[in-house]
Amino acid sequence: MERVRERLNMSAIQIIPINWYILLSAVLFTIGVLGVLFRRNAIIIFMSVELMLNAVNLLLVAFSTYLSDSAGQVFVFFIMAVAAAEVAVGLAILMSVYRNTMSTDINILSKLKG
Amino acid sequence: MFGLMVVLSKNPIHSVLYLVLTFFAIAGHYVLLNAQFLAAVHIIVYAGAIMVLFLFVIMLLNLNKDTEPHKNIWLKLSAAVAAGLMLVVLVGSLKNAEMAAATNAFNPNVGLIENLGKTLFAEFLLPFEVASLLLLGAMVGAVLLGKKSIK
Repeated sequence: MERVRERLNMSAIQIIPINWYILLSAVLFTIGVLGVLFRRNAIIIFMSVELMLNAVNLLLVAFSTYLSDSAGQVFVFFIMAVAAAEVAVGLAILMSVYRNTMSTDINILSKLKG
Repeated sequence: MFGLMVVLSKNPIHSVLYLVLTFFAIAGHYVLLNAQFLAAVHIIVYAGAIMVLFLFVIMLLNLNKDTEPHKNIWLKLSAAVAAGLMLVVLVGSLKNAEMAAATNAFNPNVGLIENLGKTLFAEFLLPFEVASLLLLGAMVGAVLLGKKSIK
């Protein structure tokens, strides 16, 4: 029982060095950037933006636990709220674009040029 | 990681499902990092709300087939090279970074609701209120954009 209690009071941050979390976040962020550059479907680009936001969230949580400071986790809440708002508005814009062009290809949006 | 499959799968619905798997993996990391409440919120908000929104839009727009036209191969190659270079730069700059030693003693209760609530409503009260305004504005904007035509 005592051992279980001891394990519960541990965290991965005491076993895994913080550098691995930095590396994981960097890889996740790069995948998000790759998605934005690689795809032309606007919905997939939104999803890649979500991936990048989540990479940053993961890093914030890792450092918050590492430094035992709850401010980082509160930041993550705000990022989640902003991400939810961004997705709602972005998808609404996408719907109206689709209604006008019958496509979600972002290259069609270059017609917006004057 | 499943994240790569999000980018690489042709069918948008498969992309969404892989993204849900990625989010569950991230939630697992949150649990490992003693941020249990954040893990629960993450699953509810992302897997529950945002992904349903994505799936709903994909079904509504009838995009569940790979209609995406072929991009120029050079464009794809340059995108991959740019992302790879960014990864190299990030890893190279962060590999030898000196980490500040943890100044506070390790406190396993940081991720619990009690501590988070105290921080949220003491230090971050004004940003909290601003976030509520932001959500209201986003809701109004989404409704306005979603209408058929604006008179």
